[in-house]
Amino acid sequence: MKLLTLNFLTCAIKTCKSSPLSFPLHPREVELEILETDYNAVFLRNILPRLEWEALRVLAGELGLPSLPESSPDVSSLSTSSEEDDSETPTQVAQDLHRLLLETCIKEGKLVCGCCGHEYAVKEGVANFLLPGHLV
Amino acid sequence: MSRPEDILPPDLFYNDTESRKYTTSSRIQTIQSSMTHRALSLLSLTSPSLILDIGCGSGLSGEILSASASEGTPGGPHVWIGFDISSSMLGIALEKEVEGDLFLADAGQGVPFRAGTFDAAISISAIQWLCNAETSEESPAGRLSRFFNGLYASLRRGGRAVCQFYPKNDVQKKMISAAAIKAGFGAGLLEDDEGTKNAKTYLVLTVGGGDVRGDITSVVAGMEGVDVEDHRRGVPRKRGEERKGGKQWIMRKKEQMERKGKVVKTNSKYTGRKRRIAF
Repeated sequence: MKLLTLNFLTCAIKTCKSSPLSFPLHPREVELEILETDYNAVFLRNILPRLEWEALRVLAGELGLPSLPESSPDVSSLSTSSEEDDSETPTQVAQDLHRLLLETCIKEGKLVCGCCGHEYAVKEGVANFLLPGHLV
Repeated sequence: MSRPEDILPPDLFYNDTESRKYTTSSRIQTIQSSMTHRALSLLSLTSPSLILDIGCGSGLSGEILSASASEGTPGGPHVWIGFDISSSMLGIALEKEVEGDLFLADAGQGVPFRAGTFDAAISISAIQWLCNAETSEESPAGRLSRFFNGLYASLRRGGRAVCQFYPKNDVQKKMISAAAIKAGFGAGLLEDDEGTKNAKTYLVLTVGGGDVRGDITSVVAGMEGVDVEDHRRGVPRKRGEERKGGKQWIMRKKEQMERKGKVVKTNSKYTGRKRRIAF
């Protein structure tokens, strides 16, 4: 599961919906892996304003990844356009973001809700969000 | 024709053998890919987006979503997140190494994403399963409403969702679209090859605000060979309800007065009519 997805995921339990603690979910005992994907500049520009930067910083801290800057990078800082051939080359910031959000994946581990403490197991990159009937 | 929904719940029906049969059948592959392309054309995405795939199964539709624009996916390659209730199906998706993120989850238990996550949502041949409740604790209506409420919240303003499904009958079709409307969506049903054996029903949903102008019918504006039938009514008018000052009201009042013993003018065809201005 990509770290990008984790930035959008909340606890599935109904009573947690109203609590601010249900987002983000906290990874526990995780095993990370890198799955290379093509760099997609337009997508990154599209998704950047929708990210919860604070949650991403917390996540990077919990996973022991290099710490992120205080505030979200500006959309304009993602690429530098060269005037000769009208092409855009991604900056280091954009490449790091792509690496972090779209290539770093959680392979095994658990996701824990900060509100109710429910643990969602992740196996082979697939998270189990099936709930027993009484929690729906 | 047998319906898998009537045989077993989805997580049991799509076991290892059934999932493999489903994924390797070239007939199903062709149908699924043509339906995914149709759904994508209804979503009319122009740039790479974040898409939710409900009931992604073995990733037949997901493979099309991750394809690039040159391979026939408008606005692609998209990033998608899919969920399905059948672990066997997801197992096959893992074997195929699909690009999207997979979840084992039941759509009838809601959509566990924060508000405004997705640009669009797609669902191919899945939501008819929501009309079945497997335990006495849940009901089809409850499952549908939890699903549509969750979906509505997780889409961004101006987002769209297209759900292709196989309704068992008209009642089910109405139940699903009513649940979507109740959740706040603008909803419309698009039917391809209506009345034939291979009829396909698409539930097109829009979230207000953003760039969708006008109502739901503008989604199909500019598409060829689509007839719009609008079954919405303006203000629902109740039949047989009297208006104060109307003929029925006057007649009732006259009867009342007559019963009290008052002198009342006889009724005629002119009773309750307006005088002409010329008088």
